[in-house]
Amino acid sequence: MSTHTTTSRRNFLKISGTITSGLLLGFNMSETEAGGLSIIDPENLAAGEIPFNSYLSISPDGLITIFSPNPEVGQNIKTSFPMIVAEELDADWARVHVVQAALDTKKYERQLTGGSGAIPHSWERLRKAGATARYLLTEAAAKRWGVPASSLTTEKSVVTHSETNRSLGYGELAAEAAALSIPAEVKLKDKKDFKLIGTAVRNVDNQDIITGKPIFGMDFYREGMLFAMIQRPVAFGTKIKSVDAAAAKAMPGITDVVTFKNNVAVVGKSTWQVNKARKALKIEYEPDGAIESTADHDRLFKELLDKPEATQRRKDGDVEAAFKSAAKVVRSEFQCPFLPHNPMEPMNFFAHVREDGVELVGPTQTPDLARNETAKLLGIAPDKITLELTRLGGGFGRRLKADYVLEAAELSSIIKAPVKVIWTREDDMGGGSYRPAVRYRFEASLDASGNMTGYRLRGVGINAGNSTREDNFPSGAVDNLLIESIEHKSPITTGAWRAPITNFLAFAEQSFLDEVALAAGQDPVQFRLKLLDRAKTSPVGAIKYDIDRMKGVIQLAADKSGWGTRKGLSQGFSVYFSHRSYVAQVADVEMKQGKPVIQKIHAAVDCGIVVNQSGARQQVRGGVVDGMGHAMFSNLTFKDGAAEQRNFNAFRLIRLKEVPEVDVHFVDNGIDPTGLGEPALPPTGAAVSNAIFKATGKRLRSQPFVLQEELKGVKLGERM
Amino acid sequence: MATYKLKINGKALEADVDADTPLLWVLRDNLGLLGTKFGCGIAQCGACTVHLNGAAVRACTLPVSAIGAAAITTIEGLSEGGTHPVQQAWTEVDVPQCGYCQAGQIMTAAALLAKTPKPTSKQIDDAMHPNLCRCGTYHRIREAVTLASNKMK
Repeated sequence: MSTHTTTSRRNFLKISGTITSGLLLGFNMSETEAGGLSIIDPENLAAGEIPFNSYLSISPDGLITIFSPNPEVGQNIKTSFPMIVAEELDADWARVHVVQAALDTKKYERQLTGGSGAIPHSWERLRKAGATARYLLTEAAAKRWGVPASSLTTEKSVVTHSETNRSLGYGELAAEAAALSIPAEVKLKDKKDFKLIGTAVRNVDNQDIITGKPIFGMDFYREGMLFAMIQRPVAFGTKIKSVDAAAAKAMPGITDVVTFKNNVAVVGKSTWQVNKARKALKIEYEPDGAIESTADHDRLFKELLDKPEATQRRKDGDVEAAFKSAAKVVRSEFQCPFLPHNPMEPMNFFAHVREDGVELVGPTQTPDLARNETAKLLGIAPDKITLELTRLGGGFGRRLKADYVLEAAELSSIIKAPVKVIWTREDDMGGGSYRPAVRYRFEASLDASGNMTGYRLRGVGINAGNSTREDNFPSGAVDNLLIESIEHKSPITTGAWRAPITNFLAFAEQSFLDEVALAAGQDPVQFRLKLLDRAKTSPVGAIKYDIDRMKGVIQLAADKSGWGTRKGLSQGFSVYFSHRSYVAQVADVEMKQGKPVIQKIHAAVDCGIVVNQSGARQQVRGGVVDGMGHAMFSNLTFKDGAAEQRNFNAFRLIRLKEVPEVDVHFVDNGIDPTGLGEPALPPTGAAVSNAIFKATGKRLRSQPFVLQEELKGVKLGERM
Repeated sequence: MATYKLKINGKALEADVDADTPLLWVLRDNLGLLGTKFGCGIAQCGACTVHLNGAAVRACTLPVSAIGAAAITTIEGLSEGGTHPVQQAWTEVDVPQCGYCQAGQIMTAAALLAKTPKPTSKQIDDAMHPNLCRCGTYHRIREAVTLASNKMK
């Protein structure tokens, strides 16, 4: 059996050992107040006494190492974080080395992947760290040569004094730089002087990925480790009544069958033996709550939408009066199913609970939460637990929850052995924490000249919390507005799913606005721009989006797609502000042999400065593919509390032939960058459905599109 | 349990496993070859794609007892240090996001190009369609297969 451990702790110590004569800079990537920065004695670092949350080291041979604390889930943070440091440092990117840091709650305060928040959070600190290191190296060169630091330039890890034609590499200056003191203030580059930021830089882990290196949690193996699979209740709202594990226990390779909480864990010497033995378990379940089916949810949605009581989220003006005096009223309802996250790497975690401490290894978006909850569960102090982060084979929000970490820890504490718990795809899809199912009712009132005078939205969600986002556009642009939500509590567990709530709400809002524009006899783009102008000149209540930036992406998408000028194409429009970034999209649909074919999606994006052109473009494309795929194909239904689709033979994900061209255009405005992990996804569904409407006259109001009554007899075509 | 003699990446290897153990788990649990990934277990996602006598097959549903003398190639054996044109194209085009599916994508593409060095775009689409990528790197997969084909001139 091979043994593999990922980077972090080991490398951490190794690095502090190799740079004894280099420069080691500790800085705070994520404290609330901007930052402490200090030169560090590597010996103190090895002893764990340094209160910094990130490190930048320059070894005497010029190798630059940057610790990246945030979990890498495919959002490419492990490449873009060091790019920001390297830019201010004027480092030779070819000699920058990135190390994934292990969890250290003392050192990393925002060590999580979620909410598209890492880049906006860390931008200034990363720049400052790089600029400080550059300052120290330049000062060291100035001192050595006896020239003013202002006469020196830096490029590609080299300091140059051009008057005397002398130059020194960063590695040669590192030790002297380490003897200087940190300046109180350091000058950051003018953004127009950026050389690395804004270029296309490849994923720093490409080589490991293309050669199949064991970098994921699933790839963690340790000598003597046991394997486990856990049978959880198949139906939500049930609990274990009895367990007969005799047959499973007798199967080859099985060392233990353990029941805890509602779990029956089969433990053994190989994954396959455990998988087979698990099928021999005989477990009876009994009701423990409501046992719901999709048909119940459909009925509940309609009942709750008509209920008088709801939680008011936003109220402007007098919406009742607006509807009473309306010349025209538009009313539509939109519904989406639950969705599993389905990261390609199924859930898994390694745990070893020993007398003297706990070792956790695996993929999580929230290492901090995982450790604290494990400490609570086991009744020990969090500092008795180490958590080593692996690369994540996707997350999409599923790995924000620590349930699968806790299971592994609890099982290890019971069997007193190191164990890796693996979920099958069926466990993953049937195991909950879904995107909640939601139904929305929208109403708009128009006056005789087609102005929207009233807007009403009510959302009903199953374990969705607030299923609306009350301050989203068009809030602020309509005199009379009422937004309410109602939540139904269910045993079916839900959680954050890439672009929580907005992943479907955006579709509903932007489809509805298309309907309202049509009813008002206006072009959908002009209709939105007019509303935004109104919000600017006579805002109603609070405005929580930047009107000019939203208009900017609308205009860019319209320009780049040739909106209104394309013959033989049906175009659909959509725009959304979420997670601090603005994205407008136009979908091109062409009728081919009577079938609507989605040919292209144009995306106009304002995320401020684009740090990495390669990573950012792919984030947008990937977000569009994800948004389109789930809107069109994906459906999770329930029968008697159990998910009916449990693997990719029954649950449809978008595949290569179904993907249209995606053109990505960024707004170039020099504003500090915001995230891109989520914002491109929400607008896609509506761009596509609005285009399908234009092409076919069929209005899609529920997802997935392929299963809707409206599309009966309208076969969506592949691109070819 | 029985001992199976396997020819993997040009080496003779042995594993003591049950006859119905899928090749995927023999590679991962017994032989320490971890590049071949588990995604669905029912041959629907392609993350476990390996070559069996040069053809792309799903290791998750291939019982070890059915392999016999056939030669197996995994991502680790595709080239020395990632120098296969498909691997190089994958890096150049910067295909991977999370990266979990990419070994399977690369093995599928390599099998296609071994048989059809100059595929049409329809042949590329047909070959790559069965491999899922949850991050949505499909555009770059298409682009990289074309680039690899050009590299193989």
